[in-house]
Formats: sequence, structure tokens, C-alpha cells
Amino acid sequence: MLGAAPLAAETIEYVAADGPLSYLWLLIALPALGSAILLLGGRRTDKWGPNLACAMTGAAFVYGLISFLDLRGRAEQSVDLHLFSWIPVAGFHVDAGLLFDPLSATFVLLITGVGFLIHVYSLGYMDGDPRKRIFFAYLNLFVAAMLLLVLGDSFLALYVGWEGVGLASYLLIAFYFYRPTAATAAKKAFIANRVGDVGLSIAIMVMFAALGTTSFEGVFSNAGALTAGTATAIGLLLLLGACGKSGQFPLQTWLPDAMEGPTPVSALIHAATMVTAGVYLIARATPIFDHTETAALVVSIIGAITLVIGCIIGCAYDDIKKVLAYSTVSQIGYMFLAVGIPGAGAFAILHLLTHGFFKACMFLSAGSVMHGMDDQVDMRRYGGLRKYMPVTYACMGAGYLAIIGLPPFAGFFSKDKIIESAYDLGGTRGWVLGTVALLGAGVTAFYMTRLMVMTFFGNERWTEGQHPHESPKVMTVPMVLLAVGSLVSGFGLLYVVDLPQWLSPVLGHHEEAGPHTISVVVLTALTLVVVAGGVAGAVYAFGRRPVPTTPPVAVTPITVAARKNLYFDSLNESLLMRPGQYLTRALVFLDNRGIDGAVNGLAAGIGGGSGRLRRIQTGFVRSYALSMFGGAAVVVAALLAVRLGT
Amino acid sequence: MPTDIQAPEILYGPLSPMLIVFAAACIGVLVEALAPAARRRGIQVVLAVGGLLAALVAIIVQRGARTLTAGDAIAVDGPTLFIQGVLVVLGVLSILLLAERGLDGSGGAVVARASTTPGSREDMRLADSDAMQSEVFPLAMFSLGGMMLFPASNNLLLMFVALETLSFPLYLMAGLARRRRLLSQEAAVKYFLLGAFASAFFIYGVALLYGYAGSVDAGKIFDATGDVGSNDVLLYLGLAMLAVGLLFKIGAVPFQAWTPDVYQGSPTPVTALMAACTKIAAFGAVLRVFYVAVGRDQWDWRPMMWAIAILTMVVGAILAVTQTDVKRMLAYSSVAHTGFILIGVIAVSKAGLSGTLFYLATYGFTTMAAFAIVTLVRDSSGEATHLAQWTGLGRRSPLVAGVFAFLLFAFAGIPLTSGFMAKFAVFQAGTAGGAGVLVVVGVVASAVTAFFYARVVVLMFFNEPAADGPTVAIPSALTATTIALGLAVTIVLGVYPQPMLDLADQAALFIR
Repeated sequence: MLGAAPLAAETIEYVAADGPLSYLWLLIALPALGSAILLLGGRRTDKWGPNLACAMTGAAFVYGLISFLDLRGRAEQSVDLHLFSWIPVAGFHVDAGLLFDPLSATFVLLITGVGFLIHVYSLGYMDGDPRKRIFFAYLNLFVAAMLLLVLGDSFLALYVGWEGVGLASYLLIAFYFYRPTAATAAKKAFIANRVGDVGLSIAIMVMFAALGTTSFEGVFSNAGALTAGTATAIGLLLLLGACGKSGQFPLQTWLPDAMEGPTPVSALIHAATMVTAGVYLIARATPIFDHTETAALVVSIIGAITLVIGCIIGCAYDDIKKVLAYSTVSQIGYMFLAVGIPGAGAFAILHLLTHGFFKACMFLSAGSVMHGMDDQVDMRRYGGLRKYMPVTYACMGAGYLAIIGLPPFAGFFSKDKIIESAYDLGGTRGWVLGTVALLGAGVTAFYMTRLMVMTFFGNERWTEGQHPHESPKVMTVPMVLLAVGSLVSGFGLLYVVDLPQWLSPVLGHHEEAGPHTISVVVLTALTLVVVAGGVAGAVYAFGRRPVPTTPPVAVTPITVAARKNLYFDSLNESLLMRPGQYLTRALVFLDNRGIDGAVNGLAAGIGGGSGRLRRIQTGFVRSYALSMFGGAAVVVAALLAVRLGT
Repeated sequence: MPTDIQAPEILYGPLSPMLIVFAAACIGVLVEALAPAARRRGIQVVLAVGGLLAALVAIIVQRGARTLTAGDAIAVDGPTLFIQGVLVVLGVLSILLLAERGLDGSGGAVVARASTTPGSREDMRLADSDAMQSEVFPLAMFSLGGMMLFPASNNLLLMFVALETLSFPLYLMAGLARRRRLLSQEAAVKYFLLGAFASAFFIYGVALLYGYAGSVDAGKIFDATGDVGSNDVLLYLGLAMLAVGLLFKIGAVPFQAWTPDVYQGSPTPVTALMAACTKIAAFGAVLRVFYVAVGRDQWDWRPMMWAIAILTMVVGAILAVTQTDVKRMLAYSSVAHTGFILIGVIAVSKAGLSGTLFYLATYGFTTMAAFAIVTLVRDSSGEATHLAQWTGLGRRSPLVAGVFAFLLFAFAGIPLTSGFMAKFAVFQAGTAGGAGVLVVVGVVASAVTAFFYARVVVLMFFNEPAADGPTVAIPSALTATTIALGLAVTIVLGVYPQPMLDLADQAALFIR
């Protein structure tokens, strides 16, 4: 069994920043500045703006790398940079500050590194779009907000970044706002996120009410003082926030719709970085979850449910981006599953990082396919593309092998560790969670193989006038780099960098304790067998005969349900939307008749009174003088009356 | 047996601000008589502005003065100096508005020759000339001098003299509009008749108070209110009469009837002077009478003032709702503001006094800037004051409309404007002084006022401009300075009011 040494028993103190780390704010300021220049500069920046945006992100990456190396060389690996006194009210004191520790350093590198590659890719992908500059401005805004999210040293600062990425995500999903589907998708994403945000904000309020502070340092040092109930409440509320942002059950339905945004956005925001913010939040709050086994277990269960949902729906869709989106939902489910297991948080982060590489790689490859196929997304209209887009094929292939977990690709190391940790929980929960994770790997292999087969193999089912071609260098180079990452990042991070050891100051030490439930070798072999089964099944189902260009009608009930997102949209509709609409209608009625009636009546009364009073103003001096005389008489009478009254 | 009349001691230092302004006014008269016509206007502007700035310097030099002088007739103390300081600054701004001549052809807002018959051929000819009745500058200076003396008068007879000194020039100036001269002259006559009527009340009240106390000194009257034996029917009759005269000047209901007519008919720079400066000076006199002379009898006069304040707020706010002319709307809004300021007066406390002083300062600057903007919106027949003509102004001239909207928000008391801080100050003083009901009425009334201010904003920004709408004239540096300074004070006192609040707080102590 793996055991986790409780982290919160000791007081947590961050050391003050010095050296290169004194300028940490630059990390956020650079992309924020880029965004501001592009937005405020207007058309003048059309020519060089996108390049500037790339340069800003690149510079942030370089600075992030310098900071990372500096941090590696330190003994104290949690460095806090105090910026300014943010809310200095009596009894409530919030400082704005940045925290640079192994966890945030890891995220900084992921965000700026993958972000930079996707910026470069977008230079090619968005070429010719009249609003290219705006796109890059939003992209930079996103990077800045995301960096604030992972660098903030208090839950309040995190919340600001959290809302910032929500805004950027909204703006980017609705980038093609003239398409009603895009506008609706953006709205849906925003509203689903709001539901989660309410959870996060209440969690912060509960923290403040219970501990009087919202800084990481203060909250984590005193987490031991929380009652079990409070800790569980905070944990579950944080989880609600995380579910909203990361597209987890029951708030997962917005994420596939978010694919209405341009593909680089799907790659950066809705696959590699933003949607993993929920995992970051749970991982960051490890000291709280250490005190509440219930909340931690719920995190794992949510993750398990989501990973199954994502897998099943992923098998049914024909839209290449939606399949990838559901695979994202499912993979983040793996991360949630892991982050809820005591001591396995590092594996969640490991999977997050490898996923960042291979999912970004696959999305960019999908974008490259769409680029060559006139924005066609229906996989039934692809086929045989490997001959025409060899580089894209190779990159997508690398991502594919990584996600199904074939050694030595990245996913093998990270997913294997998660399945192993789940079984090692022991007892019923260990067996259930582990088996779900194991079967999920098989289904993942099935639908990802389906995607590969339908896109790159088989007969050519293109529509008229399509001439698939390889994408330009500016797009393929980032893809290749990400493909290399998909290949080596798993082994590298686990054995070269030793990520669990590196993250231990934040996520707690984990020790190999006791024997495994299932020995590592057996489990690995079992996983590979299941995966191979998934692959074989997909090849058997889709590789042997031509794929029909219209989806078959006579299918199993599961497929029917999966095509309808397992009815989650309908469920939301009947459970939330319809009652909400009725409530709104009732309130509107009340507002119109009751409140507006009273207000308008009052206003009409005043207006009428005004109209009547106006007639006193005749314009004749004599009547004015009379009114003055009357007034004087009243004043005299009033004063004398007071005197007589006493 | 003849007795020696002792010449009272005169302290020239504390009197110097008033002496400087009066001297500048007298020199102005000489300039009118002696200087060549073509150069009079320039000399007058320099003289007036110079005189007022010199007076400001004198006020700053005298800032610590707390003394009675001229046989206890003049009290130079904190409230006096504060009000005088605000008056001279606002005086400079109104002189700048009067001097503006870039807006209406080559003349200014002031008529070329007041003695020509309106509508005559001579009048038509002069209307487009660049001549102006430059006596308006010494008149304004005399009026400002009277205003400075008004709150400083510790002697009720002197207060009467000050009242007339400030009023007579205003009566004349009200009739000096270049456009719509008949309306302007009508306003002047109305103002004069009603003002004379009010003065009669005032002087009769002074006589009755003399009968009561045997003196017209505020301090002596205060002493007399402490004696149990005296005949206080005389006191109350006299106080009531005196109050009528003063309430007329501040434009409290039911003595407000002149305000809209006079504000509308007067040349707008004169309206600005009246609305801002006269009100401040008259409130200074109200404070002196009610705090110094009859402060001990506050429990007796409070019910009456309560009623006046409530009436003023409610009637001012409600009548403003249906106004269709910008100047009349601002007139009724000034009536409503009179009611709000009265809450501070009624508090009879240090907080009430400093709140009132602060309110007067903020109100003066906002009003000055608002009327300055009114001078900018014009069509072929002069200023376009009908509200319908302001429709869509925000589309055409976003800057001017934006500034006006901001000033309206300040009038309405929206936070981050000086109007909010001012209302907060007097309402707080009122609540602390036990006038909770009054404050509730005040808040409700300011909600009503917010309606018609917001209506103008909606009109300017959310409606399509009319095809034949008015144009916004580009002001010269003179009007621009007035607007900029008024706006700046409105913003600064809304965002960072503490220094001014401290200043008003330090000033808030009368001497007897």
C-alpha cells in the first residue's frame, strides 16, 4: 500500500523571493501586456501583433525556465513574492502575492511551453482570418490569467485567475460568434462554469469564516484546526468548482460544445491547460483533503464516473474534435481519480503533464487535418489521409500511442501508475476504482483506434473538391515538438526528473508501503492485454470494411444513448433549465405586475403631482407675493404656536 | 449733555478681503467713466479677476482670524472665512463666464446696451455687434462684496445692508441678457419686486428683535434669550420675519417662486452666479442668525424649520420632474438642494455646521460648471435650453454630454462624486442631531431627484439626435477653465474629500 505522510501537521512557511524570482510578476505581466497592446492598439497592430503575442509567451517561457532552474537549486522550494497589500481593511487583510513552488513551477512550464507552441501553430492556422489579432489578444489574456491562477499565493488570487481564464475561454469559444452554435456553446460553457465558481467562492468564504484567512500559507498551516465537517464542506465545495472548470460529472456537458472555438483554442485551453485547473485546485488543496477522507473519496468517485462517461460517449461521435473532447473529459477523470487517492497526487500531475503533451499534439493534428480538408470535422468524410499528410499522421500517431498507453510512450507511465495506485487503495473501493480505470483504458484504446482508422486509413470518403494537403511548417513544427513530448515525457518526468520527489514539498511524501494488491508486472501485462483488446476490437469493427458516410441507424441502445451524450443534456434541461425557465417566468410576472407596477404607479403619482403643482407657478408676481405672504403667516404662526404650546 | 462718541476700533486685516473686493468694484466704476470704450471690457476682466484673487490671498493670510471688529458689527471667524474663500473662487469662475464672448457671435451673454427697447431696430443692430454692457463686471463685484459681508455680519442692520448690497446688482444683472430680452427684463422686475417684499419682512423682523433685545447685535440677542423675564412674543415674531427674508434668498419653499423664472430669464452666467454664490452667502447668513443669535432657542424654531426643509425638498424634487427647460430644471433642483442643506442647518451641531459648509462648497462648484455647460449648447436663436433639443447630445458631443452627465450624477449624489460626500455629511449630521425623519425624507427626495437627472442622461445618450438639433459651441479658455475647475472639484471632492472635510471641520466654529 502507498501511504501518505500527513502534510499539514507541520506549519507551512514560504520563504521570501530573491534573485531571479523577485521578478515573478513578469510572468503574468508579459502576456497581459501583450494582450493589452493588441486590444488597445487596434488595427495598427494587425501586422506585427500576433508575432508580439508569440514573443510575449515565449519570453514568459524563457523566464519560467530560468525561475524553474533557480528553484531546482534551492533548499527551500516554496518561494513567496509579496506584491502589495490588496485589501487592507480592519480585521480583513489580503496581500497580493505570488507563490513559486514545485507545483506552480511545473504548471508555469506547461502553460508557457505548450502555450508558446500553440501560439506559433496559430500563426499558421489563423492566417487569413480578419480577426487574427483579436484571437491572439485573447490567447495572451488567457495565458496571463492562467499564470495568475497557478501563481497566486492565496485562494483569492487564484479565484481572480480562475475567473480570468473563464472569461478568456468564453471569448475564445465564441470567437466565431456569428455562428449561433458557437455563441450558444460559449454561453453554456460560461454558465456551467458559473455553477462551479459558486462552489469555489463559497469554499473561500467558509475558509475565511473558519480560519480568518484565505492565503495558502494561513489556510494550510491551520487546516488541522478545521472540524471534520468543515473540512469536508470545503473539500466538496472546492470539488464543485473543480468539476465546473474541468468538465467533470455532472458539469461535463459544456466541454464538448466548447469545440466550437478555433482548434488551437481547443488544444490549449480545452485540453492542455485550463481544464486541468480543477486538478491543480484539488492538488493545491491537498492539506485540506488530508483531513477529509470523505471529500477525497468523492473526488475519486467523480473522476471514475466521468472517465466512464467520457469513454462511452467518445465511441459514438463522428466529429473528430468532439471525440477528442470526450477523451479529454475521460482523461481528466483519470486525473481526478488519482488526485483523490492519498499519496497519488503526483501521478495525477504526471498524467496531467503527459496529457498536456499528447492531447495538445492530437488536437493540433486534428486541426491540421481540418486545415487540409476545408474545415471538415466529420470522420466519416475522411479516410486514407496518411498518404497525403504524412507528418500529421505521424504526429497524431504519436499522440494516439501515448493516450492508449503503449510503452514507451508517455501515457503508459502515467496511466499505469494511476491504475496501480487505485488498486493499491485496497478493499472494495480499490478494486472498484482500479477495475474502472483498467476497463477505461481498454475503451479508450477502442475509440482512439476508431478515430485513427476512420481518419487515416480505409477508403477515401471525401466530399467533392477536397484536396487534402500537408500543413505549412509553422503548424507542423509545433506538432512535431509536441509529438516528441508525447514520446519521451512519461519516462523523462517519472525517472529522469523524478516528478513525485520533486512535487513532494507540496503534495506530501509517498512511500512504497507494503505489497501491492496486484503485482506491478502482472498489472502492467493485464493493462496491455486490455488495451490490445480495445485496439483489436476497433480494427475489427471499422478496419475490415468501408465506413459508411452516414451514421448507421440500427445500433445498440448504448450507442443511441451515447450519441445523445448519455442524455445528460436532456437531464440538465429537464432538471435545471425548465424549472429555471418557469421560475424566471414567474419572477418576471411578479416583477412586471408587482414591483414594476408599484414603481411605475409611484412614478406616475409623482409625475401627476408635479403636473398639478406646476399650476401654482403662474408667472404672475402677485400670486408669488401672495404665496410668500401666506408662507410668512404660517411661519409666524408656527413659531408662536410652539411658544404657546410650551 | 453731549457725550463723546467713541470711534469703534477697526481691524483692517480681517476686513481686507471685503475691502479689496469693494475697492476693485469702485475702481471698476471709475474705469467705466474714464477708460475708452473699446478697452473697458479687458480692463474690467483683469481688474475683477485680479481683485478676487487678491482677496483670496488675503483670506488665506487671515485664515486663523477669529475676531469681532467694527464695534462688534462684523465677525470674521471660521465660517465667514470659509464661505468667503469659496465665494471668491466661484466669483472668479463666474467672471470668466461673463467675459466669454466666443459663443454668441462676437458679443457675450450680456446685452450691448440695456437701455434700448427690446425688439427695436437699434436693438436688432446692436444684438449682433460685439459691444457689451461692461458695467456688469463692477456690478458683479459689488454683489460679490455684499455676499462676502452677508455671512460676516454680526449686526442685523449691517446684515440688511449687506443683503441689499448683494441684491441690487443682481436685480440689474438679471435683466441684461442679450437674447430673449423681454424674458430677461421680466425676470429682473419679478426678482426686484419679490426681493423688495422679502427685504421688508427682514427689516421689520430686525425692528421687532431690537424691541425684544434692545440691540441688533447677534451676541446681545443671544444674551437676551437667556433672560427669563423678557417678552418673547417679540422674539418669535421678529425671528419669523427675519427668517422669511433669509429663506427667500436661499430659495426655500414657500418662498421659492421667483427661482425658476429668474434663473430662466437671466443671462446664464448671471444665473450661475446667483445659483452658486448667492445661495452660499445666504446660507452663511442663515447659519449666523440661527446658530449665533437664536442658537439657544433651537427647540422653538426647529419645528418650523423642519417643516420648511421637508416642504423644500419634496416640492423642489417633485416640481423638477415635469420641467422641460434645462435652466428651470436646474432651478428646481437648486430648491431641492436647499432643502438638503437645511438638514445640516437644523442639526445645530459642529458636524451640522461643517457638513453644511462642505455641502455649500461642493454644490457651488458643480452648479457653476453645470450652468457653464448650458451656455455651450446653442442654436441660431441663442442657448437651446429646451430639454427636447438636448436629445442625442451624447452622440454628437460625447465629451460635453459626458461632463454634464457626470455633474448631474453629482447633483443626484451618486458615490465617487462630491455630491455623495456632501449629502452623506449633512445626512449624518442630521441623524446624529435627532432629525432621522428629516433624513428619511431627504433620501426619498434625492431618489426622486435622481429620476429627472437620469432622465436627462438617458435623453442625451440613448436617443437619436434630432436632425435640426442644436450645436455645441467650442468654448474659449475662459468657459473651458470654469467647466474644468468645476468638474475637477466635483471629482476630487468625491474621490478624496478628506482635506476639504478637515478644512470645513476646522472652520466650523462661530464667535459671538
